[in-house]
Amino acid sequence: MPERARKIRVSCVVNGEAASFEAYPMARLLDVLREELKLTGTKEGCGEGECGACSIEMDGALVNSCLVPALQAQGAKIRTIEGLAIGGSLHAVQQAFISHGGAQCGICTPGMILAAVNLLARYPQPEGTQIREGLSGNLCRCTGYMKIFESVLAAVRQGETRA
Amino acid sequence: MRAYLPAYEMETPRDLAAALRRMASEPGVWKPFAGGTDLMVLLEAGKLPHKKFLNIWNLAELRGIEVSPEHVTLGALTTYAEVQRHEILTRDFPLMCRAAAETGSVATQNRGTLGGNIANASPAADSPPALIVYDAEIEIVSARGSRWVHYASFHTEYKKMNLHAGELVRRIRLTRTHAGWKQYFRKVGTRRAQAISKICFAGAARMEAGRIADVRIALGSVAPTVLHAVRVEKLLRGQRPGSAILQAAQDALSAEIAPIDDMRSTARYRRHVARNLLAEFLEVLAA
Amino acid sequence: METRVIGKSVARKEGREKVTGRARYVDDLSFPGMLHGVTVRSPAARGRIRAIHFEGEIPWHEFTIVTARDIPGKNCIALLIEDQPCLAAEFVNHSEEAIVLLAHHDKYLLEEARRAVRIEIEPLPAIFSIEDSLARKEIIWGQDNIFKSFHVEKGDVDGACTGAAFVVEGTYETGAQEQLYIEPQGMIAQVSEAEGVTVWGSLQCPHYVHKALMILFGLPRERIRVVQTETGGGFGGKEEYPSMIAAHAALLARKSGQPVKIIYDRAEDMVATTKRHPSRTRHRTAVDLDGKLLAMDIDFTVDGGAYETLSPVVLSRGTIHAAGPYACPNVRIRSRAVATNAPPHGAFRGFGAPQSVFALERHLDRVAEAVGIAPDELRRRNFIREGQMLAVGQVVKEKVDMNGLMRRAFELSGFHVKRKQFAAENADGRGAVKKGIGFASFLHGAGFTGSGEEYLASEVAMEAIADGTVHILAGSTEMGQGTNTIFAQIAAEAMRLDCEQIKIVQPDTAYVPNSGPTVASRTAMIVGKLVETAGLGLLKLLTDGGFLQPGYTAADFSRACGEYVAKHGPLKSFVKYEHPRDLHWDDQKYSGDAYGAYAWAVYVAEVSVDMRTAEVLVNDFVAVQEVGKVINPVLAAGQIEGGVAQGIGFALYENVVWQEGRMVNAQMTNYVMPTSVDLPAIRVYFEEVPYGRGPAGAKGIGELPLDGTAPAIANAIAHATGVDVRRIPITAESLLEMLEPVHA
Repeated sequence: MPERARKIRVSCVVNGEAASFEAYPMARLLDVLREELKLTGTKEGCGEGECGACSIEMDGALVNSCLVPALQAQGAKIRTIEGLAIGGSLHAVQQAFISHGGAQCGICTPGMILAAVNLLARYPQPEGTQIREGLSGNLCRCTGYMKIFESVLAAVRQGETRA
Repeated sequence: MRAYLPAYEMETPRDLAAALRRMASEPGVWKPFAGGTDLMVLLEAGKLPHKKFLNIWNLAELRGIEVSPEHVTLGALTTYAEVQRHEILTRDFPLMCRAAAETGSVATQNRGTLGGNIANASPAADSPPALIVYDAEIEIVSARGSRWVHYASFHTEYKKMNLHAGELVRRIRLTRTHAGWKQYFRKVGTRRAQAISKICFAGAARMEAGRIADVRIALGSVAPTVLHAVRVEKLLRGQRPGSAILQAAQDALSAEIAPIDDMRSTARYRRHVARNLLAEFLEVLAA
Repeated sequence: METRVIGKSVARKEGREKVTGRARYVDDLSFPGMLHGVTVRSPAARGRIRAIHFEGEIPWHEFTIVTARDIPGKNCIALLIEDQPCLAAEFVNHSEEAIVLLAHHDKYLLEEARRAVRIEIEPLPAIFSIEDSLARKEIIWGQDNIFKSFHVEKGDVDGACTGAAFVVEGTYETGAQEQLYIEPQGMIAQVSEAEGVTVWGSLQCPHYVHKALMILFGLPRERIRVVQTETGGGFGGKEEYPSMIAAHAALLARKSGQPVKIIYDRAEDMVATTKRHPSRTRHRTAVDLDGKLLAMDIDFTVDGGAYETLSPVVLSRGTIHAAGPYACPNVRIRSRAVATNAPPHGAFRGFGAPQSVFALERHLDRVAEAVGIAPDELRRRNFIREGQMLAVGQVVKEKVDMNGLMRRAFELSGFHVKRKQFAAENADGRGAVKKGIGFASFLHGAGFTGSGEEYLASEVAMEAIADGTVHILAGSTEMGQGTNTIFAQIAAEAMRLDCEQIKIVQPDTAYVPNSGPTVASRTAMIVGKLVETAGLGLLKLLTDGGFLQPGYTAADFSRACGEYVAKHGPLKSFVKYEHPRDLHWDDQKYSGDAYGAYAWAVYVAEVSVDMRTAEVLVNDFVAVQEVGKVINPVLAAGQIEGGVAQGIGFALYENVVWQEGRMVNAQMTNYVMPTSVDLPAIRVYFEEVPYGRGPAGAKGIGELPLDGTAPAIANAIAHATGVDVRRIPITAESLLEMLEPVHA
């Protein structure tokens, strides 16, 4: 058997709280979030950085967590879908996805919502093309994207685009 | 996730000098790891034979974009997102921004780096043709020192390059001599976003009195490495862009490229489209 | 008919869980002591297994290893028949066929171990095309490679062709298509003496899995339990395949004594699981001088892959839909499903109809051209009307107005204006981009064909508990299409309650009856009707017993439930499907009333073709359909929009690259589905002619959009470029070849 690398200890902030875990240095951040921190809201759809179901925010930037090695999460500030609602209060984008049909089977939804929230943080009043482009790294097989766009626009109209 | 994770090691050197010393201490053993958007895909497929990596993501010496009157110099860790946000690059090096915007998605653009893209040496990468058009030079450093290389001659064969064990790419320098040049970039992919290129064409020309005074043309996905179409450039210099020179230029391009059939497209398609993109480029120059 | 709740866009029942990341899909579950499982698969498309070698420096004694010998019951995944092995024993008939199963607690070591198993196979000659299968180059299944064939005949086709003003022929092909649900397939299994076999997983049809496991394990009904977890998309891809992965997980669980989880990664899911059946259709159509249909002679073949699975049913639907919504006095349809050495093809939304409808709608545009009339005029002269007979002998007994649908679709899309305008602009010749507009007119039968619903004998149960909460117990599954929400709406409407008061019980074969599979656009129309009936039945128990008076409020209802339960015990109703007596189907002649109801549609696609790169972009898409009754407007529109997106993928982007019967582009990088920037605004419009036997008049709609999207696009490309499209996907490579002369 090949020599076993040691697991490392990583400390970071996840959804506003200090988090600490042990993992192989090149374990995927996706797996660490799901298995060590029990945050199963972030999903695996492809394992190759194509579908965006594993999207999270890392130091404010949208990234595919299936492509981030655990070691590089050291000291990072991470937000997953579980960190979006505050108290029991849904973010406007989450609320809009429910009322405007943005979620069907729901597997792309956590990544899609984070991508939308991240987009609105950068472009609070996005045009149609900006929404389409901003979400082009998140694949949805169910909706044809129409109601996802409508949900994002509904959230914008609500005026609430807290990051 | 097919890799046997316990076999993989990664360390974080505290600065560039430490990274280079580590790489020199065991030649060929430690490889730099930046944003991971290429290497992690290989890892997940169980196809990453190399096992020891140095996390260079936080090395400040590899970041930052410097602007001087002659050059714009980008740290190797400059991400595609950073390229698109930079005012001077947007204004004076639009092909870099176009290439960055069409690479992957928002998420991959936040993590993919120019240095990583260069070292990964995929002939289908989108930024290399733009780098060639802008006469890029790259600075390569090791524990023994540094050297500058013309990017146009950096790649030698498929996935082989002028980069030795213990070396890494530190900076990319673009010359600011293309202001006022007419510029053109077109990537034809499998779809309009997040697509690997089937063929990519970057071109720029300085026009004087309706003639092509100088020109740069580079293509991706038509050869084992990014292709600098020097023969086409030579033929076009001094000519008026139009139907008179088109056929000859297209024939020169056909002779210079060597596209293949692969999972995404065919050699025949790439040949046809290369000729058509050249025609489109010449139309831009004639306008 | 005024409705309170039906027709409203009630929020998705499980929406909150989905947007907060709390919905639990199979890979989110973990059990104490759980092992991971992987599958070792055949490297060859056909051959005899000579030996299995366990190599490498792997601590094999730590592993649970399962082969065919470990199967306690019958080594098969039972479906229509029992020809498909669960694990290949002596022979393999397709690449990626499962041979060995491994389990271990360390999922990384498990992958290392998977790589270290070497299967030695003595190859046998394999076949990979419909042509080779029909030519019997090798016999790889049964006596003649044919899983099933149909022969439908009405009138005198050959006579009608003789002397006809025009006879137009054509051959059309469609490729395989991967369902590409974003959640890959997965199962967790646990086997114990006390409980028997239990599986949890991503699936559409819990009772299909239940039946398959009974036969695999040789256990009685009550010793097998199947639970559906939140399912991240199915589209048919999780209709039959989950039985296979459940079987594998359960065999490992049985041998190891621990719970076992198998989750496929994307690459494995793509190479090993089912895809849409590739097809070849040949048309020979006779029309008179005015373009009136005289005869349709249709030959339809689908490639079923290595085992029968559901191919006869796919063939059936494709056959019945092959002649479309047209009145034609003489029709012959000869069809067959053939075997090749590819992984078995399976259910995918549309289920045979997208294949035969593509051929028909592309062909009719060509027929119109031959006659010299506009393609819409040809349709207009032949659209079926109420009282006329469809190809398989079903007299249309509902109001149908295809002309009206077409008129509306053309108005909304600007069809006539653009048809002329684009033709003029394109004729200019110099433009780098040519535009085109095309349409398809079609129908889709909802529910199982013929006597299928009668055979399924679906059941639904309902229970109201003391506090007035109503539980719906059905085997129908939610996978994003909105089952939970519309069931709640239907029950709430029937019982005059609020949707919040209605709960859908998680499909678990220990608790819910068999409502039939969640397929065939039947869930709203057939099972929804049973929900409505069960609700009325529950009400009747309360009103008959004097617990509830007319004009009751929701609070009255809750009180009544409490009183009933206190006095009589559980308050339950139970309904079983009854086949309408006026629907007659002859399985021998394959004719009669194929479906209880049809949805009718006209779709219009506007495209632009970049002449330099042969890239096609869909610029606008209009989908008009008559669906009986829209239960939930947001959900219904979502179904059409998503279906059209899949249809656009089917037409333009989704190309399975085969090499020796194996998909080689099994990554999302290389098998390409549309992103948010590849699709136009998809504009959806509904009309409603209530279907008497559907809940509130609803018909089925889930599969409809897959039928008309690709041919509308193909016809638009033909209009834009003059290219005679015969095959999908229309890749840029194939289109460029058709556009330009070949260079040396």
